[in-house]
Amino acid sequence: MARVPKNQVGITENRMLTTRRMLLRASLAAMTATGFPPVVAHAQDGRPATRRIPSTGEAIPAVGLGTWITFNVGDDPILRGECADVMAAFFEAGGRMIDSSPMYGSSQPVVGHGLRKLGRPATLFSAEKVWTSSGADGPSQIEQSRLFWDVPRFDLIQVHNLLAWEAHLQTLFKMKAAGAVRYVGITTSEGRRHDLLERIMRDEPIDFVQLSYNIVDREAEKRLLPLAAERGIAVIINRPFRQGTLTRRLAREPVPRWAANLGASSWARFLLKFILSHPAVTVAIPATTRVDHVRENLAAAAGSMPDAAIRERMAAHVQNL
Amino acid sequence: MPEWWTYRPEDFLLFSPRVYWRMFELHNAALWPLQALTLAFGFVMLALIVRQPSASGRSVALILAILWAFVGWSFLWNRYATINWAAAYVAPAFVLEALLLLVIGMLLNGLVFDRRGPAGWTGYVLLAFALTGQPLLAPLQGRVWASSESFGIAPDPTAIGTLGFLLLARGKFLSLLLPIPVLWCLLSGITLQTMGAPEAWAPFAAVALTLAAYIGTIIHQRRLPPTA
Repeated sequence: MARVPKNQVGITENRMLTTRRMLLRASLAAMTATGFPPVVAHAQDGRPATRRIPSTGEAIPAVGLGTWITFNVGDDPILRGECADVMAAFFEAGGRMIDSSPMYGSSQPVVGHGLRKLGRPATLFSAEKVWTSSGADGPSQIEQSRLFWDVPRFDLIQVHNLLAWEAHLQTLFKMKAAGAVRYVGITTSEGRRHDLLERIMRDEPIDFVQLSYNIVDREAEKRLLPLAAERGIAVIINRPFRQGTLTRRLAREPVPRWAANLGASSWARFLLKFILSHPAVTVAIPATTRVDHVRENLAAAAGSMPDAAIRERMAAHVQNL
Repeated sequence: MPEWWTYRPEDFLLFSPRVYWRMFELHNAALWPLQALTLAFGFVMLALIVRQPSASGRSVALILAILWAFVGWSFLWNRYATINWAAAYVAPAFVLEALLLLVIGMLLNGLVFDRRGPAGWTGYVLLAFALTGQPLLAPLQGRVWASSESFGIAPDPTAIGTLGFLLLARGKFLSLLLPIPVLWCLLSGITLQTMGAPEAWAPFAAVALTLAAYIGTIIHQRRLPPTA
């Protein structure tokens, strides 16, 4: 094999990555336009389906684990133990992405506690955020977050809620170039500042975007999700259950019988399958404090997914309840 | 904050009710049996006010200052800030209240606890609630006794009790001592209400009673004929 000069290795890798991103981007855009469910890989043993991260082609399970509120348990040893149990069940069921933020109180050290207790699972995909109004404080905050997690580096760092996004993105792009982080992203929630998010998605070479999307909050379907597919940007979905209000509201109603064909035997699966069946969605990150719920969430990513027509039927059903 | 009008109180609630009440459980366990001492301090201050209304100002101010500094450091800074980063910004306000009590009550001898009438009786009601009523809310709401909030240990009964003492006081700089306990009660009430906790009525009611009594006193004083 011909030796590639050292300074050309990066260029060759970049070309390969660019080609991969272009191919994935084209297929995602086509699926989004036609309304076909995304191509997903299913493991044989009921493991969660995986999705490709467009910028690299890396496969990742379509259900992750959020830590907003649920992992903010302070120094409470009993509750920390329960969080570690949730993480153990998550990894056992095939999950990989855990998402946190400096904004989430003690969630970061609690995640770190769980990872140490579980012997630092090699399959972890660590997703963090930078959240400070000062661009100059970004690197020290990221380092503090890394120490809390006790990981060599993060897989993904996102600018939280677009706060000081210009300065932080520059920091993150430099970190990515230096190999200190693998992916760069940006987040918003509750439908805020979609116009700015759209502009950043168009102008900046980000790998991930994180936003709120669920069966009743479908604003992202209009522009952001198609744009993500078009630009080859992976999409993380937060608040898939509207912080539990959706599942609590629907708990009074039976899951429709026709949803059994999808394997949606619970409302959690029903709601997650709706989200995951959008072609542009890469990972949904429901948060929970319960082991049975984390298993249920990951199970939603296994089995068949609704097509465009069934998706509309699902949304109409929830709307009419 | 961009698009601030789109934010709701729920967006700032970083923890679940279970974690919040477990925090008091852990705090009480860590400090036990200090609760007995701080409660005793409360009753000692009450006895001083009843028996020596005009000579108890310095003692009461000193004890209240110690309790405010202690609650700010032990609860807000060391405990609450682990689940709510905003508590680290509130803790200095508790230390500031302690300093104000020391300066106004101790150095300037600016508090005289001889006020009676409606404001004074409202003060006694708030004190009774802070010392004996608030700890009962935990079992009344179906929580374990161990998660009770005690005067001088937890911020709510400390703030409500302080408002009670201040309603019993006269003094030139009294109005400087009211804002921090009032603001804390409002903040705590909003937090509890956002959590869906029925206990939210307690700090809100304390603020309402304090403001009504304080404003009533001011109006009453203005109506009095000027002394020669």
